[in-house]
Amino acid sequence: MSEQMENKKFRSKRKNAIAGKTLVYIILLIITAAMIVPFLWMLSASIKSNREVFLMDPFVWIPEQPKWDNYIKIWTKIPLLKFVQNTVFLTIVVTLLQLLTSSFAAYSFAKLEFKHKNALFLAYIATIAMPWQVYMVPQFIMMRGMGLNDKLLAMICLQAFSAFGVFLMKQFYEGIPSELCEAARIDGMSEYKIYAKIMLPLSKPSLSTLTIFTFVNTWNDYLGPLIYLKTETKKTIQLGLKMFIGQYSAEYGLIMAGSVVSLIPVIIVFLCLQKYFVEGVASTGLKG
Amino acid sequence: MNENKAAQIRQLETDTEQLMEKIRQEKDIKKKQKLIAEREKKQRKLTAVRNNRVLSRETKRDLVAYSFIAPNFIGFAVFTLVPIVFAFALAFMKWDGSNEITFVGIDNFTRLADDTFFLAAFRNTIIYVIGTVPLTMVASLALAIVLNQKIKARGFFRTVAFFPYVASLVAITAVWSMIFHPSKGPVNYLLLKVFGVPQENLPKWFSGSLVLFTLILFSVWKYMGYYMVIYLAGLQGISAELYEAGSLDGANTWQKFKYITWPQLRSTTFFVVVMLTINCFKVYDIAVMLAGGGDGKLSTSATVLVYYIYQNAFNYWDLGYSSAIAMVLFLMVLIITLIQFRYEKKINS
Repeated sequence: MSEQMENKKFRSKRKNAIAGKTLVYIILLIITAAMIVPFLWMLSASIKSNREVFLMDPFVWIPEQPKWDNYIKIWTKIPLLKFVQNTVFLTIVVTLLQLLTSSFAAYSFAKLEFKHKNALFLAYIATIAMPWQVYMVPQFIMMRGMGLNDKLLAMICLQAFSAFGVFLMKQFYEGIPSELCEAARIDGMSEYKIYAKIMLPLSKPSLSTLTIFTFVNTWNDYLGPLIYLKTETKKTIQLGLKMFIGQYSAEYGLIMAGSVVSLIPVIIVFLCLQKYFVEGVASTGLKG
Repeated sequence: MNENKAAQIRQLETDTEQLMEKIRQEKDIKKKQKLIAEREKKQRKLTAVRNNRVLSRETKRDLVAYSFIAPNFIGFAVFTLVPIVFAFALAFMKWDGSNEITFVGIDNFTRLADDTFFLAAFRNTIIYVIGTVPLTMVASLALAIVLNQKIKARGFFRTVAFFPYVASLVAITAVWSMIFHPSKGPVNYLLLKVFGVPQENLPKWFSGSLVLFTLILFSVWKYMGYYMVIYLAGLQGISAELYEAGSLDGANTWQKFKYITWPQLRSTTFFVVVMLTINCFKVYDIAVMLAGGGDGKLSTSATVLVYYIYQNAFNYWDLGYSSAIAMVLFLMVLIITLIQFRYEKKINS
């Protein structure tokens, strides 16, 4: 008798668990739909004609005659290739400089003793909470004075030396035992060699994190290029796409095709380095 | 050369001896310590010269360290530190960028109080922050709790939730403006056909009083994946034993959340709220792209602080005034940061 009751209780508990699981999946599906539908809609609209984009009755995801030539036209309507080239160039140079100079400086802050160390590091700390928007105007005036207005070089100077990179790398290096460096020093290795032969190979995870952060930020930046880059042939893909939307606001299919093109590199980098990105976000969160 | 060196050594020797004498006579402890330090320095230099080294070991060590820092620090100092100092000074000046600068004291700040467009920008930014921060926090926490459970295709769901964060604003705002298009968009079409909202009452998502709501909705959608990751890390830090103990005491799901999850996530929540608030104060691109139309001009109902900084600087060339508005933004962020510091101190002590 009691065994039966136990059994019943167990079954109802299991029923509850199944109901709970179902609820979780329903919530998840709704959220996922909200997240993913805009992207699917973008893909769908990018192969439609302007009339078909808003056609609701009947709504189809893939039109009977997909307009693949939206993807060809977009390259001729605006100098998209030039925009892509500029952005790729900027992103690569900024990311490389960021990785190199940040890891270099971070090594010194994490593993070396020297005069004014605290004061120098304080300069970085003091600015980490300072929004760029607060000093973007004087920065522009200064760069203009240096003759960098309307030059890609200005964007490089602007984005390549962030306090964030130094922080991230320093935090990682501090986790590497100092004994490793000590031993190398006793073996007569110079500091430069220790950095290049020991620290750099060990710091792949945090370098990957920094890479994806810098890459995504530089690729997606809008306000920076808007302030500095005026000539059409110097514009980045974000500026170019925005300009196109302003000029041809009714060319819905083309706008969506351009948007898809602008997203592809970020998707690729994100999917490849996703693990490091998630780890990076998580670790900055825990630290704070 | 050799004679020079001998002279230098002799000079250093007499210096150190004199210092030694002084130290013996000095009564004040602090001054004595200073003199001792000075003597040690001279002595180190003496050994350096005697051993034919140009630089002492300490100087060499410092130089190596500086050489590591220099590439980043020089760029950082020139392009970040200097402009920051410049920004503070500029807030008290009147300047159009080419003619003479004049000092105007706090005039720029007194002007702010009567500027209706500034007040609108300030008000809108605050409303945007107050709307976005709690909603994003709740949404990301809920999502994190769901995605922390053992479910199928967890990795896929996490990636999808994170994706709006990495996708570029220009592209996704373009989609949003189409999906929420007042007359042709699918959202309003559904409202019309499925929910029977009359044609003339269909919401105009990107203008008037609704625009801030749309900005908030968009921001929650874009940012919740990012904060979800932070919450996931926080959730993984809670020990499973706490939940086991809760189960033994017969706690249900809600009680477990209330008495275990929520208190354990306190510092994570605090961090999320601080980060969100600071980021929301910097809002610009989202407003310009969703509510700015073709020319990117914002009306009083959608203007935000950073937009007004930009406009005063690059449209009106009123650089001092624009810097004064920037100071308001800075002040807001500073207050949040100070609260964060105090909280961290409290936690650590």
